[in-house]
Amino acid sequence: MSEVIKVGMADYKISRNPNSLISYGLGSCVGIALYDGVNKIGGLAHIMLPDSTQARVSENPAKFADTALPLMLSEMIKMGAMKGRITAKIAGGAQMFTFANATDVMRVGERNTAAVRMLLKKMDIRLLADDTGGNYGRTVELKTDTGIYRVKTIAQGEKEL
Amino acid sequence: MSEEILNLSLVQLDALKEIGNVGAGNSATALSQLINRKIDMTVPQIAIMPLGDVPDVVGGPDVMVAGVYLRVFGPAPSSILFLLPRDSAFYLVDMLMGREQGYTTSLDSMDESALMEIGNILAGAYLNALSHFTKLTLLPSIPALAVDMAGAILSVILIQLGEMGDHALVIETEFTTENDGVKGHFFLIPDPGSLSTILSAIGVRE
Repeated sequence: MSEVIKVGMADYKISRNPNSLISYGLGSCVGIALYDGVNKIGGLAHIMLPDSTQARVSENPAKFADTALPLMLSEMIKMGAMKGRITAKIAGGAQMFTFANATDVMRVGERNTAAVRMLLKKMDIRLLADDTGGNYGRTVELKTDTGIYRVKTIAQGEKEL
Repeated sequence: MSEEILNLSLVQLDALKEIGNVGAGNSATALSQLINRKIDMTVPQIAIMPLGDVPDVVGGPDVMVAGVYLRVFGPAPSSILFLLPRDSAFYLVDMLMGREQGYTTSLDSMDESALMEIGNILAGAYLNALSHFTKLTLLPSIPALAVDMAGAILSVILIQLGEMGDHALVIETEFTTENDGVKGHFFLIPDPGSLSTILSAIGVRE
């Protein structure tokens, strides 16, 4: 029996074949899917902010790209995944509201995406596909049987990465 | 240093609730005049909850909603978000445009303008009350609109809160029209630092 595991905002979950991991309604947040295609182990993180060192107070490492990703990776390795085989797909980082002169606050989606890309490079994880930006929300689902990362939107249809 | 909002006293929470009450009352009156219907309003809920739980307030992160977002300028910069379930948004637009109920199934640019104007009027009424209460001059930006998943729209304000801590102070009011069940949720989210400015202004800063 395959299970669908929900990943909330500022959270991450890992699982293995045949389960899938789903996160609903990403806006400026980024959904990072890591996958080992041999052991069919996957992880999905729904991060809100790029950088934990910029934050005032937080007890939740899953909120930030720079703290969530290493944690999720090490849990996947503990489950049996191999670092060298793990690849990444990302989606999200939208700007939901458009103002004439968008401040930094408004461009957080862009900043999130850029930070995640840089982090993946630093961690030496290959980014296979991405679907980021725009002004619309996304629901993302990682299938651990195939590694397919499905991105659903309201007005822009559905795609598989 | 721990999160500011986790250390609020009962007196402070009550004061914030009262602000929400007066502000939302003003907004409800404005909306009622606009659509010429009686509006019922719940007593504002004030809750401190993990950021990830906030979308559940409006029915879950994948529920379709229309959101009108405004920035608040002045000594206590904040964000205002007015969220309507999609059907309520369509209903309101039909009401405003004098069309038969159920006519609208998607929004054209005229409908979008109408919704933004509703958001504008509600936010203006809310801020009037808040300004009066706090003696702070608070002015709204022009509104921006998005129709999408609730989680995606809420992420805009939740991320701002996420820079401060792991919890959201949600002052939330639900509006309903008398017979036809138009619903709306009104959120006021102070920027970092603004909460203490507001609390000082109303004399409950410790």
